[in-house]
Amino acid sequence: MKVKMLSRNPDSYVRETKLDLQRVPRNYDPTLHPFEVPREYVRALNATKLERVFAKPFLASLDGHRDGVSCLAKHPKSLATVLSGACDGEVRIWNLTKRKCIRMIQAHEGFVRGICTRFCGTSFFTVGDDKTVKQWKMDGPSYGEEEEPLHTILGKTVYTGIDHHWKEAVFATCGQQVDIWDEQRTSPICSMTWGFDSISSVKFNPIETFLLGSCASDRNIVLYDMRQATPLKKVILDMRTNTICWNPMEAFIFTAANEDYNLYTFDMRALDTPVMIHMDHVSAVLDVDYSPTGKDFVSASFDKSIRIFPVDRSRSREVYHTKRMQHVICVKWTSDSKYIMCGSDEMNIRLWKANASEKLGVLTSREKAATDYNQRLKEKFQHHPHIKRISRHRHLPKSIYSQIQEQRIMKEARRRKELNRIKHSKPGSVQRVSEKKKRVVAVVK
Amino acid sequence: MSSSRAAESLLALNQQEELEDLPREYPLSTSEDEGDSDGERKHQKLLEAISSLDGKNRWKLAERSEASLKVSEFSVSSEGSGEKLVLSDLLEPVKTSSSLAAVKKQLNRVKSKKTVELPLHREEIERIHREVAFNKTSQVLSKWDPVVQKNRQAEQLVFPLSKQQSIFAPIEHVVSGWKARTPLEQEIFNLLHKNKQPVTDPLLTPMEKASLKAMSLEEVKMRRAELQRARALQSYYEARARREKKIKSKKYHKLLKKGKAKQALKEFEKLRKVNPAAALEELEKLEKARMMERMSLKHQNSGKWAKSKAVMAKYDLEARQAMQEQLARNKELMQKIQAASESAEEEGGAEEEGEPFVPDVVNEVQVKADTPNPWMFRNHSGDTKEAEVQGDPEELAEPAAQEAPESEEEGPVVAEEILLKEFKERRSLRQKSRLNQIAKPVGSQEAKDLSSQEVLSELRALSQKLNRESHQSRKQELSSTRTVLAVQREEPAGEEEEPLLLQRPERARTLDELEELGKKGCFQNKELPRVAVEGQQLERNPSNHLGVPKEKKRKEQMIDLQNLLTTKSPSMKSLAVPTTVEELEDEERDQRQMIKEAFAGDDVIRDFLKEKREAVEASKPKDVDLTLPGWGEWGGVGLKPSAKKRRRFLVKAPEGPPRKDKNLPNVILNEKRNIHAVAHQVRMLPYPFTHHQQFERTIQTPIGSTWNTQRSFQKLTMPKVVTKPGHIIKPIKAEDVGYRSSSRSDLSVVQRNPKRLSIRHKKQLKKISVD
Repeated sequence: MKVKMLSRNPDSYVRETKLDLQRVPRNYDPTLHPFEVPREYVRALNATKLERVFAKPFLASLDGHRDGVSCLAKHPKSLATVLSGACDGEVRIWNLTKRKCIRMIQAHEGFVRGICTRFCGTSFFTVGDDKTVKQWKMDGPSYGEEEEPLHTILGKTVYTGIDHHWKEAVFATCGQQVDIWDEQRTSPICSMTWGFDSISSVKFNPIETFLLGSCASDRNIVLYDMRQATPLKKVILDMRTNTICWNPMEAFIFTAANEDYNLYTFDMRALDTPVMIHMDHVSAVLDVDYSPTGKDFVSASFDKSIRIFPVDRSRSREVYHTKRMQHVICVKWTSDSKYIMCGSDEMNIRLWKANASEKLGVLTSREKAATDYNQRLKEKFQHHPHIKRISRHRHLPKSIYSQIQEQRIMKEARRRKELNRIKHSKPGSVQRVSEKKKRVVAVVK
Repeated sequence: MSSSRAAESLLALNQQEELEDLPREYPLSTSEDEGDSDGERKHQKLLEAISSLDGKNRWKLAERSEASLKVSEFSVSSEGSGEKLVLSDLLEPVKTSSSLAAVKKQLNRVKSKKTVELPLHREEIERIHREVAFNKTSQVLSKWDPVVQKNRQAEQLVFPLSKQQSIFAPIEHVVSGWKARTPLEQEIFNLLHKNKQPVTDPLLTPMEKASLKAMSLEEVKMRRAELQRARALQSYYEARARREKKIKSKKYHKLLKKGKAKQALKEFEKLRKVNPAAALEELEKLEKARMMERMSLKHQNSGKWAKSKAVMAKYDLEARQAMQEQLARNKELMQKIQAASESAEEEGGAEEEGEPFVPDVVNEVQVKADTPNPWMFRNHSGDTKEAEVQGDPEELAEPAAQEAPESEEEGPVVAEEILLKEFKERRSLRQKSRLNQIAKPVGSQEAKDLSSQEVLSELRALSQKLNRESHQSRKQELSSTRTVLAVQREEPAGEEEEPLLLQRPERARTLDELEELGKKGCFQNKELPRVAVEGQQLERNPSNHLGVPKEKKRKEQMIDLQNLLTTKSPSMKSLAVPTTVEELEDEERDQRQMIKEAFAGDDVIRDFLKEKREAVEASKPKDVDLTLPGWGEWGGVGLKPSAKKRRRFLVKAPEGPPRKDKNLPNVILNEKRNIHAVAHQVRMLPYPFTHHQQFERTIQTPIGSTWNTQRSFQKLTMPKVVTKPGHIIKPIKAEDVGYRSSSRSDLSVVQRNPKRLSIRHKKQLKKISVD
């Protein structure tokens, strides 16, 4: 007679070492795990609440400048190094890991208007109110050497901005016109003008490196082609654009920070309508910088706050402010896309987390899985009113809060007026213009 | 558009340049002509000037006399006058040749041209340049479109995009690049040097260097794959060769040989055209083969096989043929081959003679192959097939034609037959049921009456139907080929129609009877035939059952729906009772009744109505009773406030608004909203979703590890953007996505461009100023 026995293989339940996780047999029968939607909803709600609890984005403040910080630059090869120029002509180089200033140079008389690093990270350029362009070594002077620029170019007019080419020994300055310089020469190899107003900022396209964008104080944004040595197109907006920034992942997309409290994302091939209008600031937007992933950008505003916008949303996902932070003049997103730096009027550079509630440092795999799951849950239930309300809640300074209310009222009034105008005029005589088109005054070929 | 305009403007510029050149050319040419006679002319001019000093003859032109050798500006030059006159010169046709012809011609040319357009403004030109440049740039940029789209829609993006290969830098390299600068550093350095630290040791052993220089992993992988492939191919070819070698079939080998011969011939032909020298070598080879053949006795019909065949040849045709073939082969091999010729004629000859190169066998085979080769049959078989195909329609047509008249005649006939059959069947069924009824001794008289009435009604319906069908068939006579199908199709339609036709008179009757008989209280007998008929009807068309309430509603709108709902259920019950008593053979009917029995207990409709009534009651606003027991009278256990008092203190609630489901008998609308749930419910359909079901489905699929396996959990919770901590993310590059980045550097282009531009600008400016 054959005897059947129950037998178990210990391999299936005994772990090899103590450090292994206990193997837990699971039964995925849905009847054993009821109420999946309510349970996940509760989890999502908790995750959202915890996110708000842990949202502490402020990391450090780098103080030492003796005047407002006017410009910032990232080091292209080192994440820990940041350069900043102040309104008193001082340039400082900071080490972010130590949170200390490692070098300071009295670079210019008057403002340091612009600062940019060379693509290889060995030197950097500054322009100032003293009509000079100076090239500096990134490393400090060796022992016994004096602190001196590598090259100094004396110009005829004030330069208001500078940007370096992403691959070659070429840089561009702006002032009365856009000049393109070879590093080896003391005169520009090419200068391009279109109109007569002063140009406030010039930026090279990081992908198609021969493209440049500039914005002038006569409310326009001009695009140039360096290879053909000609401007390409000009778009005139309602108000002045302070600076532009190219998307580092999408060659034809750039975002302009405007005086009318908004940011405009353009496709450079179709300038007559912005792709997206980003609005939330309550005062002029002074600077903008893209995350290196090209999915978000950060903007600095005169309203003493910085905001983070997803590129495809018109509303910001985050607003950072502190009691002591004054008008934010410049902002940069670090090249590992984890941090944001902003330089403000009250002489400080502040370091923020790009994701307010992110845990810094190394995560264990279980922590990582949990954060991923929580993130996905928040996304899944983001439309539910309770969760939406909690995740959108931000504390704002009273000035910003009241201005938002005020502007809401103004906007509503404008809308009502337009509606009334349409209602009381002959049908068809008053055309509704879309909000996007309204902001673009003209496109000049 | 803009580019074409730009082109036009450029063309205009070019034209202008040409025109500018014209006047310059002419003076130059004239001055050359006058070159050597310049002195004389000056002298002449001087003389003229002197002579004209008197004032009278100021503008007198120089007169020409034959004798003088001098040349004036606008007359024929006397050059060549020293030469001898040749007769041929005189014989030339008379021409109206004058030195002004060239000028005239040029003048005409200038006149024929229109006035030159004004060059464009500088702004205009710049605008055109800008437009052209913009178009070019946007074209360059549009190559990024697919990449951008892909990245936007990507499930997951991992940054940095390009994986950096870790570079192995030995510590010695790093150290050698570094120099001690500060005194402290120098001191330390000196100390280290004293101790002979391995700062300047041989950096790498040869082995290490070799290992560093070795192939990268990818290269190794590629190389390995290549080798593997080569090996596989080799083994495959080997196997094939072995297999082919094993084949014993003579025919196969013969064919193979012939094929090879053909191939060789073709190659030789090609070679002769391309490379005559190599062809000659080939020829020599052939020559050698001939020599070998002459030496050997291989194809001389002297071998063992040949002798045996020779015996057989007398009787066997094949053997004879084989022998002949061999001889032919011998002949062919023995034939002297002529060297490839040089001249074209000889080549032609060679070609003609080259034909014998083609072994006769080949030709023979072709001739032979004509018959057994299936491909050669194609025409023939194709014809037959075509014939078949052609035949088919005929055949098809024939039956169709046969059928057509048949259907024309039979169509109605068949229909009639079918109907008659049905009728018969039905009748037999009814007879059976009647038998059953007879077995039951209750109210047979009335039943009979009823059944006879039914028969009558059915007959009436049948006649109607027949009439209609004959009508239809008359219509269909035109489309004769399709009638058969049509009839077939019509049958079910007819069947569908039939019950409807049957029902009407009957239902009216049954309803009337129901009303009458309901009072009498003897349902059963009246119901029975109806059940029978209905059963049949239901067998064919169950949906017909649903038509009952509708028709009722249509006919008698006086009947309340609720009443109807309530009255229907008892009738069902009453149906159920007699059928249990009956012994029906029909199984289907049995089944139906079983279902009825099974659900006899739970009266869903009544329950529903009760529920609704309760809901209505509950939603009604309640009266408030404000009576206080014991006030103004005695109170205590068992004592109730007086009716008068109660009436006085009762606050009547106002009538609420009418319920929304007042007129919907089979619906309960809950008008109360759950406030607690609202906070957690999505009010509007969120943006990317187009239908609420989509959204609900995404919400209903859980993503947690409680409901999903580990793998799917990981996949579901995959983050959209992954970045590596401490890694610099560089802007996307053309090489990252497989595009070729422009090889020229931007700088070189810029340095070349401004010059060109400036020259052009200067030119344009000049022209503008000139004009």
